[in-house]
Amino acid sequence: MEPFARLDAIAAPIGVPNFDTDQIIPARFLWRKRRDGWGHLLFHDLRFDDAGAPKPEFVLNRAAYRDARILVADRNFGCGSSREHAVWALYDYGIRAVLAPSFADIFFNNSFQNGLLPVVLPAERVAALRAMLEQSPGSHVAVDLEAQTASGPDGAVDRFEIDPFRKECLLAGTDDISFTLGHRERIAAFEKAYEAKVRWL
Amino acid sequence: MAAAATLLDKIWSSHAILVRPDGATLLHIDRHFVHDGSGNAFRVLKEKGLAVRRPDRTFATPDHYVPTLSHDLASIDEPYRRGVVEDLEANATAAGMTLFGLSDRRQGIVHVVGPEQGLSQPGMIMVCGDSHTATHGALGALAFGVGASEVGHVLATQALWQSKPKNMRIVVDGTLGPGVHAKDVILAIIARIGTAGGAGHVIEYAGSTIRALGIEGRLTICNMSIEAGARAGMVAPDDTTFAYLHGRPYAPKGADWDKAHAYWGSLRSDADAQFDREVRLDAAGIAPMVTWGTSPEAAAPITGRVPDPASAPDAARRDAMERALAYMGLRPGMPLVDIAIDRVFIGSCTNGRIEDLRAAAKVLDGRRAVIPAMAVPGSGLVKAQAEAEGLDAIFKRAGFEWRQAGCSMCVGMNGDLVAPGERCASTSNRNFVGRQGKGARTHLVSPAMAAAAAIAGKLTDVRQFLTRP
Repeated sequence: MEPFARLDAIAAPIGVPNFDTDQIIPARFLWRKRRDGWGHLLFHDLRFDDAGAPKPEFVLNRAAYRDARILVADRNFGCGSSREHAVWALYDYGIRAVLAPSFADIFFNNSFQNGLLPVVLPAERVAALRAMLEQSPGSHVAVDLEAQTASGPDGAVDRFEIDPFRKECLLAGTDDISFTLGHRERIAAFEKAYEAKVRWL
Repeated sequence: MAAAATLLDKIWSSHAILVRPDGATLLHIDRHFVHDGSGNAFRVLKEKGLAVRRPDRTFATPDHYVPTLSHDLASIDEPYRRGVVEDLEANATAAGMTLFGLSDRRQGIVHVVGPEQGLSQPGMIMVCGDSHTATHGALGALAFGVGASEVGHVLATQALWQSKPKNMRIVVDGTLGPGVHAKDVILAIIARIGTAGGAGHVIEYAGSTIRALGIEGRLTICNMSIEAGARAGMVAPDDTTFAYLHGRPYAPKGADWDKAHAYWGSLRSDADAQFDREVRLDAAGIAPMVTWGTSPEAAAPITGRVPDPASAPDAARRDAMERALAYMGLRPGMPLVDIAIDRVFIGSCTNGRIEDLRAAAKVLDGRRAVIPAMAVPGSGLVKAQAEAEGLDAIFKRAGFEWRQAGCSMCVGMNGDLVAPGERCASTSNRNFVGRQGKGARTHLVSPAMAAAAAIAGKLTDVRQFLTRP
């Protein structure tokens, strides 16, 4: 996994609450393999018409936002299906951070597994950021994971909270599996004691 | 004396292998289900050269991509669909895990199969790469959905890093009226707390209404916890749970049953346990529900009307409502019973169990659907049971298609799709834009309400069909 440190990049506003993973990546594409590449399928049915042509009004089809690497979204972003493909599609498009007042739990966890940073900020601040990005398309947002700060085009800096374990893994680009396998003996010892107690499993 | 603990607290602490100072906990996983959407997780293992740590704790069944007209693998025309089913069967066999394959009558939707086989038990932690894993909480387990990376992690380590969710309790008391089912209860709950209402929490459902429900109704309620934003839903085990489990293939037997039974009896929230949030509902106030929008929280009693965006509390909500009504092709203020329906789907991990088919068949018996309709049992065994009871004949006489088990039209990944612009009364769990097919319009309902919609060709209050002339 690619480590995340800091990022200063064009941000695109997606001001829709309860933005579900079916909108991020429709179910009909999910049979594909991770390595097949997913960026061209991101937001597919919002981004392209039935003939496959880009819909000019969709935010990422507007020239100023096309190279966005940050999304500023609304509450409960990524709700619905557990499909990690939603994170892969965002990541492969080039998105590395999503700012929102809240995220759906599974999407939130999936993000960390892939080097995508979900940043939770107060709803008023996120709404203000979206308004700035709409007024000045192409403007930047900066996210610093080490310092746990996000700054907007207005220069105001907000601190965000993040689970220390997740932060550590993301900064180092550590993969959970390798980390956990380092605790193999603890796992085996736990299983032995647990199974002596819960024998019927 | 130990501090008062909730059911979640008890299950959590009994599975903690390691707790970091920041609270991140490595949890032991009792049961892991994989399905035909799990291919990328198996590839993660292969790339790392790792084996499945506990094939004895891992169970596989194909469900998302399986055809419902025939369970002959060769009948899957699309090579990619056939490929994912073949991959699962090959991966499961190579790893030595138990497989309920396409030709096995125990095959079905993973969240129907787990409880049915007695694999889902009180006190367990269970995961699966599917958000509706919350379903299994109905047996008193902590069960939640994970993404592909976490599936790979569990395959490799039989453990998972998690931060502890908060405790939420939803208490439903009183008696449900005629024609009101578990699906109506959970839709009423989601309408009340919102689709993010349970975010960061595990919901424990309690109260006399929940206690009076059978396991199948509890499964329906826990299933849609994710639509309320919660990671999991659970019901403390009781005599209903124990009676349901007793004698099932993977339930403990003999002396093991006695030990398990004694342990399970201790699995309940202490009387003085603290919940971070508590919500109460009165069962008597719940009517048959339908959704009118593109989020499960957009649910209302069938006696109501399509809401007017002008009455929304703020601009953001008004915009969301206007977008939803435009997609759904509905006018503000129109009575919900005036909404004409094109197609009916009965099935899914929410409502594809025998009780669901019985409830629909009761309404359909001696009546006819006026629109295309299909019934898709949740598993091969549910199908066999329904056929033994003659329910298939009732469905067929009513004009329904009677299909083979699978996820089917809930998510359309097997090709069972709702056409663009078509309006479907569906017993599934999500009414998202494009969920049942591009441009498809979904109204979530109970199986009884779906049957009523099939007969009337429009959304209808099933209560008018409860008495026979």
